[in-house]
Amino acid sequence: MGRFVVRRLIQMVLVMFAVSVITFLIFNVIPNSDPAVRMAGRQASQSTITEIRREWNFDDPIYIQYVTTMKMVFSGDLQSYFTQLPVGEEIRKGLPRTLSLAIGAALLWMFVAICLGLYSAMKAGKFADRFLTIVALVGISMPVFWIGALMNHYLGFKLGWFPNGGYVELTEDPIDWAYHLILPWTALAILFIGFYSRVLRSNVLDTINEDYVRTARAKGLGERQIMVRHVLRNSMIPIVTLWGLDFGAVVGGGAILTETVFDLQGVGQYAAEAVGQLDVPPVLATTMFLAFFVVLMNAIVDILYAYLDPRIRLQ
Amino acid sequence: MATEPALEQTGLQGPAAWEEEAEREQVHGLGPWRLGLRRLRRNKVAIAFGILFLLLVAACLAAPLWADNVAKTGPNTNHLSDTIQVDGESVNVVALDGVPIGPQYLKADGKFFMGADRNGRDIMVRLLYGGRNSLLIGISAALITTFLSILLGTLAGYFRGAPDVVIRALLDIMWSFPVIILGVALGVALALGGFQFWFIDISGDSLLIPIGIIGLVYVPYMARPVRGQVLSLREKEFVEAARAQGAGPLRIMFGEVIPNLASTILVFFTLLIANAVLLEAALSFLGAGVRPPTPSWGTMIDEGVDRIATAPHLTIVPGVMLVLTVLSLNVFGDGVRDALDPRAKVRLEH
Repeated sequence: MGRFVVRRLIQMVLVMFAVSVITFLIFNVIPNSDPAVRMAGRQASQSTITEIRREWNFDDPIYIQYVTTMKMVFSGDLQSYFTQLPVGEEIRKGLPRTLSLAIGAALLWMFVAICLGLYSAMKAGKFADRFLTIVALVGISMPVFWIGALMNHYLGFKLGWFPNGGYVELTEDPIDWAYHLILPWTALAILFIGFYSRVLRSNVLDTINEDYVRTARAKGLGERQIMVRHVLRNSMIPIVTLWGLDFGAVVGGGAILTETVFDLQGVGQYAAEAVGQLDVPPVLATTMFLAFFVVLMNAIVDILYAYLDPRIRLQ
Repeated sequence: MATEPALEQTGLQGPAAWEEEAEREQVHGLGPWRLGLRRLRRNKVAIAFGILFLLLVAACLAAPLWADNVAKTGPNTNHLSDTIQVDGESVNVVALDGVPIGPQYLKADGKFFMGADRNGRDIMVRLLYGGRNSLLIGISAALITTFLSILLGTLAGYFRGAPDVVIRALLDIMWSFPVIILGVALGVALALGGFQFWFIDISGDSLLIPIGIIGLVYVPYMARPVRGQVLSLREKEFVEAARAQGAGPLRIMFGEVIPNLASTILVFFTLLIANAVLLEAALSFLGAGVRPPTPSWGTMIDEGVDRIATAPHLTIVPGVMLVLTVLSLNVFGDGVRDALDPRAKVRLEH
């Protein structure tokens, strides 16, 4: 196990290095325009551009530029030339909000998907199952920012059942915190509920025909016990892996769209606003930060999975 | 809990059910494609949604007909200070407080069928022209993804060794970027200066940029399963037979391996279009996809969300169109998968 963990962590560091190189290439090499001009944003004075060129070593060989970029990103004194605000500070401020959104949504979608998936599998082929399948497909076909905007407008603004966007610190008032996050959690969870409930349904249907389930039934266990202890438990293993990966992907991706719609002011919204202004330094930093987070989550999931299933370690 | 009947039901689901069916119907001598087609035809829901998708495509292709004959305006024509006749009364297209009119349906002879936006542009006309762009991006991006995935997946799976190591590492790295982040990063980087390489010269506001970006970011999701399939196909007897007959790698790849990937490719292609259309919307919503004033469903939703409080139709109309398109592709793609390749594990992220 120890060797596996070490190997996996080394791999993680290598992937992070590769991710940083790719991010660097995306912003500094692929586009055909002066990187200093791009970095400065749309309306920049000539003196700013000259200063940026010097600060980022844009006249030096490419590997020095890479080192400079990494230094800028990780030293924390990277700043947006558009808003003049330090990027690291903004990311630190937004992180608890992004994590609040992602953790709550992940718990919600897992819980609802287990209920729906199990129910769907037990009613396989019947009307309820077909209906839920269609509902799930509708769920995965809706853009999260669209359904989020509609929920925010109709349930938040029109009916006034929920706050119309905004965020309250967990430490300030936990109930108000959750109240403000119900709509964002739901909007973000819909897509994954659709997806997970279908995966779980097919896993349960596969497991239900296994010998050990027949054995459990033969020895006279109750249906509830069979479903929960034998079927569900074994159907969950692939889902839990997915869950970890998707949690990383939500922090790194889905949150951008959800936070913007609900005005949560997290890392995602910060990235989205920078994108809207074509403000390169924050986009560069958030891209790297979020991709790193995904790589880290993938490593954690792999290690946990190897801990749970010893066969993995041998591969 | 009534699992007993469910258990019997499941016995009749999936491949087992088809085997039974096959025995019943004497499908002797029919190829897998004919069998698949027959199964697909029986899936009425999938067929209905497939037809719905074709209708939506046809409607978008007919955009100029609607624009010229019914709405009598273009997708980028402003009617900021115009008035229209609704039930004999003269109404401002955009009210003095800046709120555009909502859907008129046929009250104004088809003008502003779905209302107007803040510049007084006809939403219905923009919706159809925008649909052309969204679908063009979706289909072209899906073609690019499919082509690259087959290329990389086949090379890696067939030759193994060094090409496999390199390609797999590349895919793994791309895979660790969430698709939205990768798309956004590329979109921002390319938006200002466009893309120039060798003889290729694309300006920053060209549709080719979102097409290329979306086509690229989904490659790992398709290339990995393709590679896995090629790995197992290359060990099959018929490949060995071809090799024994003296066929070279190219002939084996095109003659033996790729035809056997056809059902996987078809399933992925349908679902890729759906996801590409969604990703276009997401990128445009963030400002890293299609650039206004070019209409697309994503840019229309983006413009609408800012005004949802006063003119919700600006958000609802393009969104419903988008959801219908993506849903029809997802349901149809699901049906195709069940009919052709039920064990395919298709998973795309968006």
